[in-house]
Amino acid sequence: MTGASTGASTGSRIRDVTGTVWAIIALPLIAILLAFGVGAVIILGSELLVGEPFDPLLPLTAYAALLQGAFGSFDAIVDTLVATSPLVFGGLAVAIAFKAGLFNIGAQGQFLMGALAAVAAGVAVSGQPPYIAIPIAVVAGVLGGAATGFLPGFLKAVSGAHEVVTTIMLNYIAISVLAALVSGPLKVPGSPSPVTYDVGNAGYPVVIGRDGHIGIFLAVIAVFVIRWLLYRTTLGFEIRTAGANPDAAAYAGMRPRRLIVLTMVLAGGLAGFAGVDVALGLTHQMTSSFGTTVGFDAIAVALLARSEPIGILPAALLFGAMRSGASLMQIKAGIPVELVDVIQATILLVLVATPVIRRVLHLRGTQNPLATSPTISRSYGSESVL
Amino acid sequence: MDQLITALYSIPLLGLVFQMAGYLIAIVPPISPIILRSATPIAFGALCGVMCERSGVVNIGIEGTMLASAFTGWVVGVALAPTLGTPATELFGLTPALVIALIAAIGVALAISALHAWLSISVRADQIISGTIINIAAFGVTGYLNSIIAKSSPTSAGAFSAFQPPTALTDLPVVGWLIGMFFAQGPISMSLIVFVIALQILLFRSRWGLRTRAVGEHPKAAETVGIDVILVRYRNVIAGGLFAGLAGASLAMEATNSFQAGMTAGRGFIALAAMIVGRWTPVGSLLAALLFSSFLAIGQALSFAPPSGQLGDVLSSLPSQLYDALPYIVTIIILAGVVGRTRPPAADGQPYEREAAT
Repeated sequence: MTGASTGASTGSRIRDVTGTVWAIIALPLIAILLAFGVGAVIILGSELLVGEPFDPLLPLTAYAALLQGAFGSFDAIVDTLVATSPLVFGGLAVAIAFKAGLFNIGAQGQFLMGALAAVAAGVAVSGQPPYIAIPIAVVAGVLGGAATGFLPGFLKAVSGAHEVVTTIMLNYIAISVLAALVSGPLKVPGSPSPVTYDVGNAGYPVVIGRDGHIGIFLAVIAVFVIRWLLYRTTLGFEIRTAGANPDAAAYAGMRPRRLIVLTMVLAGGLAGFAGVDVALGLTHQMTSSFGTTVGFDAIAVALLARSEPIGILPAALLFGAMRSGASLMQIKAGIPVELVDVIQATILLVLVATPVIRRVLHLRGTQNPLATSPTISRSYGSESVL
Repeated sequence: MDQLITALYSIPLLGLVFQMAGYLIAIVPPISPIILRSATPIAFGALCGVMCERSGVVNIGIEGTMLASAFTGWVVGVALAPTLGTPATELFGLTPALVIALIAAIGVALAISALHAWLSISVRADQIISGTIINIAAFGVTGYLNSIIAKSSPTSAGAFSAFQPPTALTDLPVVGWLIGMFFAQGPISMSLIVFVIALQILLFRSRWGLRTRAVGEHPKAAETVGIDVILVRYRNVIAGGLFAGLAGASLAMEATNSFQAGMTAGRGFIALAAMIVGRWTPVGSLLAALLFSSFLAIGQALSFAPPSGQLGDVLSSLPSQLYDALPYIVTIIILAGVVGRTRPPAADGQPYEREAAT
């Protein structure tokens, strides 16, 4: 709970910072190193499986290519930042729900609906000047995501249907809705494949290098806005209280049902913004197979960042860099890009087993990184809503 | 009779409902084996959920466990098929390779369940996060290995084939299609019914079942009468892996004979919904799974054998993707409608901390 110390006096904060920086980053760092170690073992193991000539240095070749693909040139760095920006929005979408004790696995569906709405609106206003077209497309995308987040929040508040199941169902429904619209009403007439028109003037302007669009900066701004929202506003206080102790929140007169819906709308809007980021910043149109793993990576980002807005930035950069560098790794070392998923899962696995790691390494003082969201599984079924 | 039907069908709007009912009455018997077949992974997944949650452990990693065992079953089968791939018996198309592959698939599911048990019982991690990690890891590892193996374009290991009940039985009026539904199946689907009934009886009529439910409802009370809460939970979560393994195996070794990345496609989560709708009972879970799979199968039937007439015109104007989304939409609607009236085991999802001995 790094953010909880912001209320303390400045003097003790500085001492806190020097004292706890290591304590905060030690475990994530160990987790990351261990995960790359596990990745190396899997690479070596799969070499044996395929029966090609055994190359003991293949993991190093692969990781060097990964690093080069992510940071090897100016363009590579910009591409990494472009890949990072939707993960920042997505990570915030999952993190803010965690703060309220909700598990938003549905970031992927909200992301897809946000992107779809942004493209649909962007195509409609593609001929307008950018200062009109971009805001309209952005707002449409955010609303698309927010609407997709509203539904599971509303269902949970009204009937107690657990958001984990409903949001996952919505992820699959979103894929079908997207495919139906892109091969139906939004399709370019006469085009052989299902694809929409270009968003034209609604596309994000490129400001750095080849692809560096303004979404990179919007993502950083979003982090600070959400941080402000969580720690400086009444709503943020209510969200954090509801997450930390729902009974206390209800006793204090906060309305949990209203908070659930509001948080899910907010989370959906943020995930929708991630969709806007990819659609207006990168693809500029939509195919029926549109879909990256942004919404799923976002869960890992939020967990690694302990749901703290500031922590989202480095966590998103890590996964953005891996996604961005993975294709060069596949080309140079022949390692499937799915290795990134393996590394990602191992990082989380190590983090979730923190008490064990701490015992083994005699680390002290740090909180369980995942203990900031211990209330998630309490609200299964209908009992503890309200 | 025919005139009555024609009259009913021609009522504006309401006639569509009658046409739909007529279509369903005609289509359900022939597709009933498909309904049970597609209910199999969902129902087995739900049984895994019942095992875990009745003892107080939420297992959201069923999806990943199913995926991992589907992959294992397929890959072991492929590896052994050249040497052990000749059928030993006509029945079910059993080969030694398939049997070993099935055992391997179950073994992997048991191992993953043991990991989940350790994380949620001993480490006392958040159980939903533990399950999510299993899902991400299973998706990553199977996707990774699948794209490596796909390079060498492996030959298929084959699959369990369905039993053919005598046509004299399946052609019986009224009940014939039910015999076909339950017996024109592969071994995994056929075993489902046995497992469901056995588990239902065990859960509510045996000492094990009583202890399991006590631990899931009030672990502290269970501990005071001498039940080892930790042991019961470990045993149930790991044993639940058996069902997740069978669920995965049914996908890659019975319903199909191949593996695709992410082939579980949310069935592990639909299984959880089936468990909730079935009120945490085995029989209820099976019935809910059959309900879900009926929509799946009818959705497929609508695109393969579309109804004729006015109803067909209406349906063909709908986008085909609607049918893909149908099972998920139905899951949400039923879950939202039913869940408010169900009650999960009271200690579900809460780690148990034994009080220090004094």
